[in-house]
Amino acid sequence: MTTIAADPHDIHAHDHHDADHKPGFFARWFMSTNHKDIGTLYLIFAITAGIIGGAISGLMRHELAQPGIQYLHTWAMWMDGPDATLDQAYHLWNVLITAHGLIMIFFMVMPAIIGGFGNWFVPIMIGAPDMAFPRMNNISFWLLVPSFLLLLGSTLVPGGTGNGAGTGWTVYAPLSTSGSPGPAVDLAILSLHISGASSILGAINFITTIFNMRAPGMTLHKMPLFVWSVLVTAFLLLLALPVLAAGITMLLTDRNFGTVFYDGLRGGDPELYQHLFWFFGHPEVYIMILPGFGIVSQIVSTFSRKPVFGYLGMAYAMVAIGVVGFVVWAHHMFTTGMSVNVKMYFTAATMVIAVPTGIKIFSWIATMWGGSLTFKTPMVWALGFIFMFTVGGVTGVVLANGGVDDVLHDTYYVVAHFHYVLSLGAVFALFAGFYYWFPKISGRMYNEVLGQLHFWVFFIGVNILFFPMHFLGLSGMPRRYPDYPEAFAYWNKIATHGYDIMAVGVLIFFINVFYSLLAGPKAAGNPWGEGATTLEWTLSSPPPYHQFETLPHID
Amino acid sequence: MKIAKTLVMAGLLAFVPVITASPAALAQDSAVANAAAADSAPAEATNATAPVAAAPATPAVAAPPRMKPTEGIGMPRPGEISLQEQFSPTGQQARWIHDALLVPVITIISLFVLALMLFIVVRYRRAANPTPSKTAHNTILEIFWTVAPILILVVIAVPSISLIAEQYKPAPKDALTVKVTGYQWYWGYEYPDQGISEFVSNLLPPEKAVENGEPYLLAADNRLVLPAGRPVKLIITAADVIHSFAVPSLWVKMDAVPGRLNEKSFTIEKPGVYYGQCSELCGARHGFMPIAIEALPPAEFDQWVRSQGGDPAGNANGEASKTAAADTAPAASRI
Repeated sequence: MTTIAADPHDIHAHDHHDADHKPGFFARWFMSTNHKDIGTLYLIFAITAGIIGGAISGLMRHELAQPGIQYLHTWAMWMDGPDATLDQAYHLWNVLITAHGLIMIFFMVMPAIIGGFGNWFVPIMIGAPDMAFPRMNNISFWLLVPSFLLLLGSTLVPGGTGNGAGTGWTVYAPLSTSGSPGPAVDLAILSLHISGASSILGAINFITTIFNMRAPGMTLHKMPLFVWSVLVTAFLLLLALPVLAAGITMLLTDRNFGTVFYDGLRGGDPELYQHLFWFFGHPEVYIMILPGFGIVSQIVSTFSRKPVFGYLGMAYAMVAIGVVGFVVWAHHMFTTGMSVNVKMYFTAATMVIAVPTGIKIFSWIATMWGGSLTFKTPMVWALGFIFMFTVGGVTGVVLANGGVDDVLHDTYYVVAHFHYVLSLGAVFALFAGFYYWFPKISGRMYNEVLGQLHFWVFFIGVNILFFPMHFLGLSGMPRRYPDYPEAFAYWNKIATHGYDIMAVGVLIFFINVFYSLLAGPKAAGNPWGEGATTLEWTLSSPPPYHQFETLPHID
Repeated sequence: MKIAKTLVMAGLLAFVPVITASPAALAQDSAVANAAAADSAPAEATNATAPVAAAPATPAVAAPPRMKPTEGIGMPRPGEISLQEQFSPTGQQARWIHDALLVPVITIISLFVLALMLFIVVRYRRAANPTPSKTAHNTILEIFWTVAPILILVVIAVPSISLIAEQYKPAPKDALTVKVTGYQWYWGYEYPDQGISEFVSNLLPPEKAVENGEPYLLAADNRLVLPAGRPVKLIITAADVIHSFAVPSLWVKMDAVPGRLNEKSFTIEKPGVYYGQCSELCGARHGFMPIAIEALPPAEFDQWVRSQGGDPAGNANGEASKTAAADTAPAASRI
């Protein structure tokens, strides 16, 4: 990624010559206070974590390709020694599902979409020279590294039946307390603590930056929607993560210091943990998707050569999603035995989310309506996002019905639903943003043919991978199972083929990235033409090391 | 002395609801709490004792023969793309909402969005529309696409909310009560009113399943035997970690939470074998603790109860403890 360093000849004459003065390698990348460098670090980190998390899903998908235990026992022998029992193999399965979930959420999507793109483009889009707290920005990133190492390290120490934390990403008590002796779950909890602290610091930084460092004339109602989306996301992080921290701290004391917060037999309540967890967990899904909404809004507007349709509606729809997202959490707990009134309330409240989400979908369509559309790679990913997110959204309406959820809860239908909104939603937005901003970040154009090919292979792959999971869930296949009855074999086989196709797509992506970084043509300051109206396109590609030494004026 | 203490405790426990309740409700509440307190000791003893392999009583009557499952009934079908056929009234109601209301609505919405996008991609591509319009607002349109989804959601919410109300209807007095306990990694079933003490239900090994003509990973050695056509009330709990008692063809899924008693009532309409699987991650063998329900015609069910040394009339524990078992769940969950 050394190509990030801009060639001094690229810098426009009007930039002050100090603007591109860079510190030495170590100081630049390990003690960074520059929002763009920190953004780049976040992106590299997220891609690394994504490879690990994606490889884990490949292991799981291939184990599930047919009924019976094919590879799991062998893997358990690699992990736990040659005399690993079948139970240790089953435990390894739980470790894999846990790791896949935690890695993809906390170490792939969040660092990429908030840490990576947020850091890179929020200051630029509001006309600020950097983030409000550059050193805090640095610690936000560097907290993630030990956090990730703790999670990876947890797989090497005992966690109950075998090595590693096998509790699922939800870490439900009492499976995570009395059910998982050994240090693995403690390490995983500490990992979550540190990553949570990292996100809280990042959120404070974004809120302060957006409220205080907007260029003259950049009112809140003129901010690009991506900045709005990060602002709302930062508030969600700030309000939700402390609740997770409290919840998992009580897990830690239940495990190690003899407290009984979640022990139903000694005056505590396992359901309390679930309430605390999902009070964080539901806003968390919006934390992952809202910045994606922002990215898609920018891209759709750019490639339609039209301003975003219903800008205020779009901004306040995100605010509404953020607010309502805090009062729907117990729809994750419909089968816990809640009272009838609570179940009815959470059914109704959850459905309400569909309204602001619908506003967003229709506003994107209206933005394109009457536009002059070009279908460059970022736009194709954005279009894919809009449709796939719609599909994932409508199955969310099905699951919102508490009475219907009784049969779908904890089945593959839920797995299909959240992968449609995350793996086909958030990840599509990530790829869209990556292609959209790759020329700006690297100073080189990506390869258009490879980009389009990547989209189509990936699109076909993930749909073959995840659509059959609706069928599996409807016919009753539970989640988090290493083996299943014969009747589920057909769609599992198909889904595994889908994974392989998707993996080819990812390979094309990496070929494109390396090829473009090394040999891509130099990118102009604004490669997208007149539709690209946000401030990052007024700078060179890549931007000078310190931009906006003289603040821009927004009319 | 002990009784007096219990009464004082019950009074204290009942105090919180009293703030809004009438004196009559107070009396009822303390009675319930009293009963709960009386019942809690034996319940804990059951949890603590090691599980018994099978019902120990010597059968005076032979059990009805083990029922053969019907292929594709009460279990998933190969390559199936829809919900399992339902065998309880609430299951049929819920399946109707899903199949006749939700699926059409979400399909139409998805196809509508897809059609709009395809139209836009063709009609407004650069070659077909070189000059973009500058329209960025249309208040009427924005109001429309806010109100229309609300109306659709109301249409969905009405039957959905009444389904929940239906599912929560308390079981009638003559319902059969079975206590279901989740363990790592098997289920325990106890019939308190019939005097059948807890027996354990384990995964049937693959060779046995094949021999019986039952689906592996769904088949269990000792099934949960229930009457068909008579309301059933399951009191569901767990001894170690959270499990979830789930039978898709009866539209049943209820978490088994240690320290809590969850209640689920339903009626199985037809005799048959209905399979399910644990549906809350509970550790290593989460995928290997199936649920198998054998629903028998009433006469055969009574015969089965007798074969287990139980009392089909349901008076095994006398009137007092019957009330206790029936009222434990609401009292406990309220406290």
